[in-house]
Amino acid sequence: MSVLVLLIMISITVATGFLALFIWAIKSGQFDDTDSPSIRMLIDDKKRSK
Amino acid sequence: MEGKISCFHCGDPCQTTDISYEDKWFCCMGCKTVYQILNEHGLCTYYNLNPGAGNKIKGIEPSKFDFLDSAEIQDKLLDFKSSDHQKITFNVPSIHCSSCIWLLENLPNIEPAIMSSKVNFGKKTLSLDFNPNKITLKQVAELLGKLGYTPLISLDTISPAQVASSKDVYIKIGVAGFCFGNIMLLSFPDYLGMEIEEELSSYFSYLSFVLSLPVLVYSSQDYFRSALLGIKTGFSNIDIPIALGIVALFVRSCYEVFTATGPGYFDSLSGLVFFLLIGKWVQGKAYDGLSFDRDYKSYFPLAVLKKQHDTYESTPVYKLRVEDLVLIRNAEIIPSDAILRSPVASIDYSFVTGEAIPVYTYQGDKIYAGGRLIGKSAVFEVTKAVSQSYLTQLWNDVDSMNRKKKGSSQSIIGKVSRYFTIAILTIALLSAVFWSFSDVRQAFLVFSAVLIVACPCALALASPFTLSATMNVFGENKFYLKNTHVIERLWKISTIVFDKTGTLTTNNQKEVGYNGTGLCEKDKTAIKSIVLNSSHPYSQAIYQYLNHADEKVPEPILFSEAHGRGVTGIVGERQIKLGTSGFAGVPPTQSIHHAEDGGKVYVSIDEEPKGYFNIQNNYRSGLKELVSKLSKTFRLGVISGDNESEKKLLQGIFPSARQILFRQKPDDKVDYVKSCQERGEKVLMLGDGLNDAAALRQSDVGVAVADDKAAFTPASDAIILGGQITSLDKFLRLAKSSRKIIIASIVISFLYNLIGLSFAIMGKLTPILAAILMPLSSISVVVFATMAVRMVSKLYKFN
Repeated sequence: MSVLVLLIMISITVATGFLALFIWAIKSGQFDDTDSPSIRMLIDDKKRSK
Repeated sequence: MEGKISCFHCGDPCQTTDISYEDKWFCCMGCKTVYQILNEHGLCTYYNLNPGAGNKIKGIEPSKFDFLDSAEIQDKLLDFKSSDHQKITFNVPSIHCSSCIWLLENLPNIEPAIMSSKVNFGKKTLSLDFNPNKITLKQVAELLGKLGYTPLISLDTISPAQVASSKDVYIKIGVAGFCFGNIMLLSFPDYLGMEIEEELSSYFSYLSFVLSLPVLVYSSQDYFRSALLGIKTGFSNIDIPIALGIVALFVRSCYEVFTATGPGYFDSLSGLVFFLLIGKWVQGKAYDGLSFDRDYKSYFPLAVLKKQHDTYESTPVYKLRVEDLVLIRNAEIIPSDAILRSPVASIDYSFVTGEAIPVYTYQGDKIYAGGRLIGKSAVFEVTKAVSQSYLTQLWNDVDSMNRKKKGSSQSIIGKVSRYFTIAILTIALLSAVFWSFSDVRQAFLVFSAVLIVACPCALALASPFTLSATMNVFGENKFYLKNTHVIERLWKISTIVFDKTGTLTTNNQKEVGYNGTGLCEKDKTAIKSIVLNSSHPYSQAIYQYLNHADEKVPEPILFSEAHGRGVTGIVGERQIKLGTSGFAGVPPTQSIHHAEDGGKVYVSIDEEPKGYFNIQNNYRSGLKELVSKLSKTFRLGVISGDNESEKKLLQGIFPSARQILFRQKPDDKVDYVKSCQERGEKVLMLGDGLNDAAALRQSDVGVAVADDKAAFTPASDAIILGGQITSLDKFLRLAKSSRKIIIASIVISFLYNLIGLSFAIMGKLTPILAAILMPLSSISVVVFATMAVRMVSKLYKFN
């Protein structure tokens, strides 16, 4: 039984870590623009000598 | 070959083959210049991504961005400022494809002083970092303008608070979802009816209790706040029974957990808040790229040249005082009511009145703010501060009056929830009283169970999901609503008022016809040469009409423009006169009423009368069908700022219209809408331009008409693309159907409530039953609402 208690403790701690990551991602603006990154990655960035 | 080639830059068909570079053709010099810039910097990938991707270059006046040199304005616009690094975010409405992103993010390759640039496609903004020692803000803006991405600069940008609140919803949903998921995991033994040790089950319960705290304290705080506000102001809203339900759930669960009598309803509590927040998020979705809140300030320049001592200096508009002298140049807008101090000026009032033909004014004449100067620069004396001008005053009056009215319009759910709250409380109390005779503890349990099961989660979701699904269908068909509340106001519309110019007519095209003796090719060339030198809209229309062939137009030897009467000039050996019948020396045509004379330009060549050009606005196709469909259910009216020249035509289109009014000033339009409203009618107004802005504000639903998505529209409740006006009847029908769908959803959620209530009153509500009933009712309502809207829109033949 004590194993179960321990496991749940660990799983909730890990999940809380992900929640914290999610909140950080929102606050850092990663969901502000969902359109342009999808296009941006398709564009080659050639280095120009000019 | 001719007529088939399209511009390599913007993709528009080329009028001439004169403009070419290397082996590519362009429609105008502007497009060619952009190509040359890109070619020089090796950025032609732009065209490989999307052929003809460029924006058509409209000539920008060299002085357009002069105000960006003013330090005060810079301070307001810049996001960050230091001696060698500045950051700015521009609003660039013409961003439309992947090429745009590519080019704009390659700006540092064109101008090394720009250190980095980043596009936000959804919001159509461009963030730039640049070195102010090497390039000024003004030069940055001019560079963008030269490439066809003219930034839209206004001082009232979106406040940071708004952005923060939208992020808040995401976090609240995240927290609620996290707690909901974990509590559900802990409740699984209960769901499956498993026997577990007492110690473990109480450990699970306490953990659920801890997990429910963030949901109660953080995620659901808006509901408590709004419920409190509802109780205080006596305005009953749906949030009151919701808040009651949440409290009942929490108190009841705590009681069960701490007396070790049961597992509690923490899963239902967090699930409820999670679903409700999703509903709120769905309802709050809006079109970021479109602006519904532009006021007069966005139309006016930010700064003008003000006379200080002997020179003219750029001064922010809001600093103008009465008696200041300002210099306005060609195509600039006069920012405040003023008196003309130069001898003569030609002013285009199309913004203010809708009248397309420029007005000629003389020294000492009063000029209204919003007029656009055409031709030579002129000096004006300010007679009123910007905020007190005729248009802005009108705007502010309407605005302050309407803000209250539109804010408090009670929605269908609001009305239902008033009775709902009373009914729920009565049932809860009655059953508690009934049970208290036999068992006081049971009475408390039943009381809380009724409040729990009656919590109108499904009811609260019915309206947001139906309305946002409707809004999505509208958006797919290019009718963009500001928010879902607009649909609720659309239900009640009884009168539709149209503006004429730009709404019923297309803005840029005019229909030109020629009546009279035949003109030979050389005559036509000569006329073209004359009209090319005039900025009058009729001249431009005639030029467009005559300009089929690709040929060079000779410069006129002599050219003069008589204000308000016509143009004359000598081309080759021909003397051309174009203008009013008196000016051209052509007798006016007899058969036509004098009032219709407005659309005619008479021609004489070498003093010999030839005939006249008949110029009419090009009406949108399908108007007649639309009007005949609409007139069955709505009262229709047309108010135009233009003259009566097209009265007959309009009467033909609107046989049943109550009124067709001409020469309406902006305040006349407002008064007209007001008078309809005083008769108890709900008015839908369609218009474009600043001259309709106040009337759009006054109407119950103001719809701005735009010919493309990037166009500049006044503040309104909705934006419709010009071509979609003819679907207006379908939009209105779908809006009305959405009301029926909401009512049906409400009925469904009531049925669930009845089932739940019958269990609750009998004291048989268990946590498992609540955990099944609550999500089931919510999900079925959501699915029903979304599907129904989709089906109805198919029925009305939307795509």
